[in-house]
Amino acid sequence: MEYTAKIKVELKTGMLDPEAITIEKALDNLGFKASGFHTARLFTFKIEADTTEDATIQADLMCKKLLANPVIHNYSIEVIR
Amino acid sequence: MRFAVIQFGGSNCDRDTHYVLSDLLNIETDLIWYKERLNRDYDAIILPGGFSYGDYLRAGAIAARTPIMNDIIDHAKKGKLVLGICNGAQICAESGLVPGTFTTNISNLFICKRVSLKVKNNKSPFTKNFNAGEVISLPIAHKEGRFLVDEVKGSGFSEKENVVFTFCDENGDNGNSSNPNGSLHGITGVLSDSGNVLAMMPHPERASELLLGSNEGIKIFTSMRDHIENSKK
Repeated sequence: MEYTAKIKVELKTGMLDPEAITIEKALDNLGFKASGFHTARLFTFKIEADTTEDATIQADLMCKKLLANPVIHNYSIEVIR
Repeated sequence: MRFAVIQFGGSNCDRDTHYVLSDLLNIETDLIWYKERLNRDYDAIILPGGFSYGDYLRAGAIAARTPIMNDIIDHAKKGKLVLGICNGAQICAESGLVPGTFTTNISNLFICKRVSLKVKNNKSPFTKNFNAGEVISLPIAHKEGRFLVDEVKGSGFSEKENVVFTFCDENGDNGNSSNPNGSLHGITGVLSDSGNVLAMMPHPERASELLLGSNEGIKIFTSMRDHIENSKK
């Protein structure tokens, strides 16, 4: 069966996010007063699997092997049919 | 003695490194396109600087998962030398050859300048020809060079054992003002636990003859050469 997976990879809580700081400054220059920015990366893709659990296991392996760096990242996985 | 310099799509310091090894030091050196794999034994492998795969995903992440890296990891497991320079250092970290990771500079800017470095460990195969605590000057050119490592969870990372170079000022003092990218403890040269892989963000190949303003970088390559010669005796 074909599943749709969404993987969000983000920096661990408390880690410095220079890109977010830069974006926050740029928005401030435009007159927006917002704070607490952080950036994340969203990957969406189709995956063939027998069950939702199997699809999730495959997505988790993708994160461990390539999509996330365990030194700096947390990730979350959502799988839907 | 034979060295190999690996070329990935987007490597751009491969020929500079090859020039230093073959033309300045007369070491037989092969340029290896990453699709060729390693089909002979090498004494040392260099992963050069550049922007492999356009720094997609994370700097060095894609190159670290190419098939030739399996050959390089096997080579390293035999205790043979691997030197990763700049993008090569990022590839070493992404492939687990050295602890930690190199991520976006604290300023979020690409930094290209000459910096002072302190030789924290002159016992490694890469730094034998330096004096302990010697202050040297090498160029850096990167946006993702901020070294981070998990020091807490029993990763085995030791500042004494694993750190080879730190940023410092001209007098050798370490401090935030001499740390251009926000690296943890100013670390910018990190050694594998086994001591035969060095990942460093500064570019020794760009400071290997006086014509370029400094030849202090060549001592890294002569250290490797001398280490290999001694180990063959």
